[in-house]
Parts: sequence; C-alpha cells; structure tokens
Amino acid sequence: MRIPRYTAQKVAFGIITVAAVSVLIPLVLVIGYILVQGIGAISWEFITAMPRGGMREGGIFPALIGTIWLTLGAGVTSIPLGVGAGVYLAEYAPDNWFTRTIRLAIINLAGVPSVVYGLFGLGLFVIFLRFGMSILAGSLTLGIMTLPVVISTTEQALTTVPQSFRVVNASLGGTTWQGVRKVILPQALPGIMTGVVLGLERAAGETAPILFTVAAFFLPRLPHSVFDQTMALPYHLFVISTQVPGMPIKIQYGTALVLLVFVLTMNLLATLIRRYYRRRRQW
Amino acid sequence: MPIPEVPKDVDWREFFVEQLIRLMGVSAIALVLVMFLFLVREGVPSLVEVPLSNLLGQRWYPTFEIYGLMPLILGSLLVTVGAIAISLPLGVATAIFIGEIAPSWVREILKPSVEVIAGIPSVVIGFIGIQLVSPLVRQFSGAPTGLTALTGVLLLAYMALPTIISIAEDALDAVPDSYRHAAFALSATEWQTVWRVVLPAARPGIVTAVMLGVGRAIGETMTVMMVAGNAARMPLGLDAFLRPVRTMTATIAAEMGEVARGSTHYHVLFVVGLALFIITFLINLAAALTIFRQQRGGGGRFLA
Repeated sequence: MRIPRYTAQKVAFGIITVAAVSVLIPLVLVIGYILVQGIGAISWEFITAMPRGGMREGGIFPALIGTIWLTLGAGVTSIPLGVGAGVYLAEYAPDNWFTRTIRLAIINLAGVPSVVYGLFGLGLFVIFLRFGMSILAGSLTLGIMTLPVVISTTEQALTTVPQSFRVVNASLGGTTWQGVRKVILPQALPGIMTGVVLGLERAAGETAPILFTVAAFFLPRLPHSVFDQTMALPYHLFVISTQVPGMPIKIQYGTALVLLVFVLTMNLLATLIRRYYRRRRQW
Repeated sequence: MPIPEVPKDVDWREFFVEQLIRLMGVSAIALVLVMFLFLVREGVPSLVEVPLSNLLGQRWYPTFEIYGLMPLILGSLLVTVGAIAISLPLGVATAIFIGEIAPSWVREILKPSVEVIAGIPSVVIGFIGIQLVSPLVRQFSGAPTGLTALTGVLLLAYMALPTIISIAEDALDAVPDSYRHAAFALSATEWQTVWRVVLPAARPGIVTAVMLGVGRAIGETMTVMMVAGNAARMPLGLDAFLRPVRTMTATIAAEMGEVARGSTHYHVLFVVGLALFIITFLINLAAALTIFRQQRGGGGRFLA
C-alpha cells in the first residue's frame, strides 16, 4: 500500500518541526534553570568581593576582572591582524594558488581544537618567549584563536560592499588604499564589528586555551601588569564545579549565571549592531 | 575583488601600508606553520624517549611510564561518532525547517537562537551536564555513575548542532530555486521536492557540515573532561557508552597542568596535541576542498 503523498508530507513536516523545536527547548531550559538557580547568589558583594574561605564564600571579583582583561587582550591581538588580513583577501589578493593557500590556512586555524591552542600558547608564549603564565600569554593565545573569525567576517563584510563603490573611487583617481580607508572600510565597519564581538564572545567563554597560559586556581587579588597571572570566570566555574569539594551549589550557579550573562550580552550587542545598521544601510 | 589600478606616483606611505596588509594576509599561513612547528618541537622528543610499541599500546598509566594512546584515541572516536549520529539528523532536519518550511518570523527567532547555542561557553554546558544530565543518565541506564561516554555524547551532540545547522542551511540555500520550481511544475509536493530534489542537490554541502561537525566534536575539551568520567580504558563492547571514557583533549587538559616541563609525560601530551592538530587539519582540508570545488574562492562564509 502506498502512503498518500500529502499524508507523507504531513508526517515528514511534523517530524522536522519536532526536531527543530527539540533543538530550542534545551537552550531555553538551560538558560532558564541557571537563571532561577543562580539569581539568589547574585549580590553586590558576589560581584565585587574577593573569594574567601577556600572560595566557598565571598565573591568572584578577580575572576570577572581577569576575564575582562583577557577579552580586551584577545581583541587587541586579533582585531588589527584580523582586519588587515581580511582587507588583504577582499581588496588586494589575486585569485591564485597562493591566496587559496591562505584561505586553507584560515579554515584550518578555525578548526584547531581549543586545547591545542593552549598547548601552542604554552610552547610559544609561556616557554619559548618567556612570558610565563601571564595575561600577555593568555591574551595572545585567545587572540590567535579568535583570528579566523575576525578575518572571515571582515572579508565577508567587505565583499558585500557594492563593486560600484570601488569603481567610483578609481574613477575619481583614488588609489586602492584610499578607497579602502575612506569608502569601503567605513561601509563595512558594522559587519566587521558584529564579527569581532561574536569572536570575542567565544574567547571570553573559553577555558582550554587559558588553562596553561594564564589561569590561576585561586588568586584573590587583581593583576598589576600583563605579566601577572589572573583568575578567569570560565576556569573559575570549572574549578568550583569539579575541583573543590563541599562547594555551595548556589555559588556554582551564581558563577555560571554571571559568565552566561557576560557572554550573552556580547551576543546581544552583536545582534543589535547588525540590526541597527542593516536598517540604516543605503544600498 | 581588486580593480586594476591606474599607475600613479607611488606614495611611500601607501606602499608601506599595502605591504603591511599583505604581510597580515600571509600571517595566517605563518601561524599554521609555527603552530605545527611548536607542537613538533615539544612533542617529538617523546618519540625518541618512548618506544612506538608503548605509544600504540592499550594502557595509559603515565605514572608507570606506560603511554598507550589507543584508549584515548578510541575514546575520542567513540564520543565523536556518537555525537554526530545524533546531531546529523537533528541538525539537517532543523536546517530544512529553517530553510524550507518555517514562516519568516519563526526563522527570525531560530537563527539567532542557534547562534546563542554556539556562544554558550563549553564549561557552562559541562556544568549543566554534571548538575542535570548525568543524574538523568544514571537514572535511566542504571549505571553506577552518570559520568559516562553517553553523557558526553549527548552534550557534544548539542554543541555540534550550530555548526551542522548553519552549514547545512547554507547548502540548502545554495540550491537554485529553479530546481524547486521544476519539481513543483511536475506536481511534486513540497516534501517530495525537499526529499528527492533539494537534499540530493545539497549533498556535498551536507557532507561538509558533517566533517566540520566532527572537527568540532573531536576538539571539544572542557565539556568532555567534566562529564565523561575520564577513565582511560579501552572503550570496547556494547556497554562502552555507559562507562566512563577519556578523550585525547581531556587528557591534555587534565594532565598538562601537573607534569614537569620537559619530562617524557609532557612530551607525550604534546604528541597527543600534534595528533589532534593533524586529524583536524585533514578534516578541515577535506571540507575546504569540497567547498572550493563548489564555489571557487569563497570558503570564507563557512567559517563564521
């Protein structure tokens, strides 16, 4: 017996809809559950105090500050280099085997496991360049990890700027660089910013690359220079949820909530930039 | 899209800037090479210090100088295959829903949500795994612990979803509308069109999605380390999913902090990292080549 084809369609679409909804449900549950469980731990003291009593009391201030430093450091590392490389690929690179090799390299960088970035950072920055475990080494490691995202979103943003802008620039006697600096880059800026924020969002939440390059288990003071170690939120959550026996569950959920809010705020920011400029765009 | 430039008086500042930008573009290649170099530099001494038969053995007891990598490699393989087996059908179905079925307002909710899933830190997923998923796994399986390969598989499957969904969606999107119109004209239903025309046409892109999903799953570290139990035993037999398992990534993350720099154990951990680097390199190379074959020059959009 053949199944009537519109019945088959109903069944198939039903299954597909269920699949799509089942992808969303855990997201809502996880965020909701962490919010409900963690909100009780949040207080001014929790955000701004040093951890005390073997991290079972007090706050998460040094971890929060550490993560802010590392995120900024990753930005300082990845933005100039990534935007530069993106500009090269979109505006200068000829279509030949060498350019394709660069693209292959970028795709491969994007796929390298985060813990291997950690090993690389340990080998190059901590040991070979003698930075030791430090904010400098951690920022550079996270920055290089973010690089492929910045490069590819920059290139994408640049290639969506209409070709006519380049033609007009050339017809007015502008050089390629003048066109890039004064016309193309400003037009592509919102797209680049969106990509950069999304890349840094990932860097802010990463644990494996900072394990051996910067993260301190317990260091209840603020870093004085880029050569200091620091605590960081993701590593702190790992430590208190697996390494410290008798850790109050409330503090664990509170820490997870702060990390989640930190990261999701960046995600929201990226979405808002994209929305705002898409509406304002003239072309 | 470079436009041929009319020769002008060369401004030395402009020349300098352009050379700098070119250098930045080339830096991507340099980084891959330097990364490979440092993994080799720190890892290769172990190949001299440890006989190959030891490295290929079935037991991992670094304290007794037994460095068999097989349980770690098979552990990574087990959780990766398990995760992809779940996230491939789920991800492709979701991509079909977003691309072919959902009304536009649903799409506007779903697409950013998938991006949010990608943004949740792996340590938060691991934390939820410990708190919520592993008790469930223990209850349903009756295993003595909830920290099992299965727990890792479930969470990894969820983490690989955004990669698979977004690339599969791009692949569906790239199928020309004329294919769909032709199918409709032959009085195919929407589902027949999706199943018999659009999906087969998008197959190379979906293969790419699977490959990058595998890369994502095999490289995930914190989640697996937190929930999979970390027992370095050969994951053989049908109940392997219900026992603790240890992956290559988790081994590096868990042990690198405690080894002495320059020791044999330290070098072996770098070899594990080197193996991961080479595996993901090959996966991404294969994925990139399929992309390049489809559309020359534009692999970039598959990254973001």
